[in-house]
Amino acid sequence: MIWLDTLVQGILLGGLYALFAAGLSLVFGIMRLVNLAHGDLIVFAAYLVLMGVTLLGLSPWIAALVAMPLMFGLGWLLQTVVLNRVLGKDILPPLLVTFGLSVALQNGLLEAFSADSRRIPAGSLEGASLDLGLVTVGVMPLLTFASAIVVIVALNGLFYHTALGRAFRATSDDAVTAGLMGIEPKRIFAMATGIAMVVVTIAALYLGMRSNFDPSIGPARLIYAFEAVIIGGLGSLWGTLAGGVIIGVAQTFGAAVNPEWQILAGHIAFLVVMLLKPRGLFPRAVD
Amino acid sequence: MYRLTTRTRAGTATAIAVLVLVIAGMALPAFASRGVIQDLFFILTMLTLAQIWNLLAGYGGLVSVGQQAFVGIGAYAMFAGVILLGWNPVWAIPLGGLAALLLAIPTAYFAFRLQGAYFAIGTWVIAEVTRLLVAQWKTLGGGTGTSLPREATSNILGTDLIRALFSVREAAARDILAYWLALVLVVAVTGGIYWLLRSRLGLALSAVRDNVEAARSVGVDAGRIKWAVFLIAAAATGLTGALIFMQTARISPDAAFAVTDWTAYVIFIVVIGGIGTIEGPILGVLVFFVLRSALADYGSWYLMTLGLIAIAVMLFAPKGLWGLISARSGLHLFPVRRKLVGLKIEGGI
Repeated sequence: MIWLDTLVQGILLGGLYALFAAGLSLVFGIMRLVNLAHGDLIVFAAYLVLMGVTLLGLSPWIAALVAMPLMFGLGWLLQTVVLNRVLGKDILPPLLVTFGLSVALQNGLLEAFSADSRRIPAGSLEGASLDLGLVTVGVMPLLTFASAIVVIVALNGLFYHTALGRAFRATSDDAVTAGLMGIEPKRIFAMATGIAMVVVTIAALYLGMRSNFDPSIGPARLIYAFEAVIIGGLGSLWGTLAGGVIIGVAQTFGAAVNPEWQILAGHIAFLVVMLLKPRGLFPRAVD
Repeated sequence: MYRLTTRTRAGTATAIAVLVLVIAGMALPAFASRGVIQDLFFILTMLTLAQIWNLLAGYGGLVSVGQQAFVGIGAYAMFAGVILLGWNPVWAIPLGGLAALLLAIPTAYFAFRLQGAYFAIGTWVIAEVTRLLVAQWKTLGGGTGTSLPREATSNILGTDLIRALFSVREAAARDILAYWLALVLVVAVTGGIYWLLRSRLGLALSAVRDNVEAARSVGVDAGRIKWAVFLIAAAATGLTGALIFMQTARISPDAAFAVTDWTAYVIFIVVIGGIGTIEGPILGVLVFFVLRSALADYGSWYLMTLGLIAIAVMLFAPKGLWGLISARSGLHLFPVRRKLVGLKIEGGI
C-alpha cells in the first residue's frame, strides 16, 4: 500500500507542477518564447498575495483574486514594452532579456522582503486530510490538483472555443498569415502573457500556502515547469498536465527510496523522456 | 598575384598592445597589492568564461545555459585529484579540463537532439543533475562541500619561489600563482578562439551559425563542427573552474554549480560588451567589474542593476557596446574578415 500512497502523492504533486507550467505552456506554445523569469514571476506573485494577506488582512483566496488583474496588467505590459521587441527567429534575445529580468526580480525581491522564508497562512486547510479508504490525501494537494484541472479545462475552452483562442492558434501556427487575416500578433501575444500571469497567480497561491518560499526559489520552479511543458509536447495543455504528473511521480518515488534523490529523480525522468521522444509525448504545434 | 588576408593595421597594433599588456601583467605582482591581484584574477577568469560562452553562442549558435556544469565538474575533479590522489593542485587543474571534456560527451549526445530553446533548458537540466549527483559524493563533503587540505595549499607548485621572489605570505603567493595561471589561460583561450575564427574551421563555424542548410550544401559537416566547438568549450570551461576553485581553496556544490555566477553573469558580460566579437567580452567584463565595484556597498542592488542593463542593451543596442563603437568607427581590433589583397583592379575595360 505504501507504493500506492506514493503514487497518489506523486500525481497530486504533479498538479502543482502543472500549475507552474500551464502559463508557460500557453506562452511557449503561442510565441515560442522562452521565459526564463517565469519561476521568479511565480515567486513575485506569491509575495503579492502574501502582502494582500498580511497588509490588507484579506483571506488568501481573496488576495489572489485581487492580485490576478494586477498580474494580468504586469504581463500585458511586460509583453508590450519589452518582449514584443525581442521576439523573432533568433531565440537568443528573448532568452537574454528574460534572464536579465529573472536576476533583476530575484534581487529586487531580496531587497524588498529579505532572504527569510515566508508562507501564506491557509488556516485550517493547512493540515487537513481526507481518508479515501485505500489512501489518505491532504486536502491542500487535492485542491491544487483540482485547480490544475480547472485551469487546463478553462484554458482549453478559451483556446478552442473562443475568437481569442482562434487567434491564439492561428498566430501559433503562422504569425505572418494570421497577420494577413487582420490579427495583430503583438496584441495577441500581450493578451497571452497577461492570461499566463493570471495562471501564475493561481500557481503562486498554492506554492505559498503549501510550502515556504523565499526570493531564490524561482529558477528551480522554472525548471520543473519547463520539464513539464517539454515532456507534454509543444502547445498541448493536457500534455503539460501529464508532464507535471510524470515529474511529480518520479520525485515522490525518488524521495521514497532516498530523500536526497527527490529532485534528481524528476530530472532523470525528464532526460529519459527527451531521449525517447525529443519532441515530447503529445506535441500539437510544430517548431 | 593576389591572396586572402585578415591582417589590418588595427589588428597589428592590437597584437603589439596585447603583447605589451601581457608582459606588464606578468610583472605586475612586483608592484600591485594583494587586493589588486585578486580583482584581476576575478576579471581574467570571468573574461575567460565569457570568451568561451561567446564562442559557443555568438559563433557556434549553441545557446547553453548549462556551462556551470563544466565549471563545477572541473573544480570538483581538481579537488578529487588533490584530496583523493594527493596530487599537487597545479597538476590537478588539467584533470578538471579532462573531467569537463568527459562530461561534455554525454551532454552533447543528449543536448544536440534538442533545438533552440529546448537545447538551452536541456543543458541547464544536465547541470542540475550533475550538481545533485556531485552533492552525493560524501568523500568530497557531500552537499556542504569541503576545503583543500592545509598540506596541499601550503606547498602548491611554485609558491615557494614566488614567496622568495616577492617576499610575501603564503596565501598571497597562492593568489599570485593563480593570477599568473589565469593570465596564461585567458591569453590561450582568447588567442585560440581568434586563431580558430581565422582558420577554415572558423569560416565553417560562421557558415553553420548563419544558415545550416546552406553550409551543408557547400560541404560543411555541421554536426562535427558543433561537436568540436562544444567539447573544446567544455574542456576550457573545466580548466577555468578548476583554477577558480584552486584560488578560493573551498568548494561546495551550490557555489561550483551556480547558474548565476558561471552562466548568468557570463551571459550579461558577453551581451553588454557585444556578442559575436572578441572585443565584446573584454569590454563587457570591464563594465561588469566597474559596476560591481561602484555598487559593492548596495548589496543586491548591483545585481538588479546588472539585470536591467542587460535588458536595456538587448532592447536598444543588440550588438552591445562594442557593436556601437565598431559601427561608428569601423574599428576591428581582432579582424576576422577576409580581404583580397595584391590585386590591382583597373577601371574600364
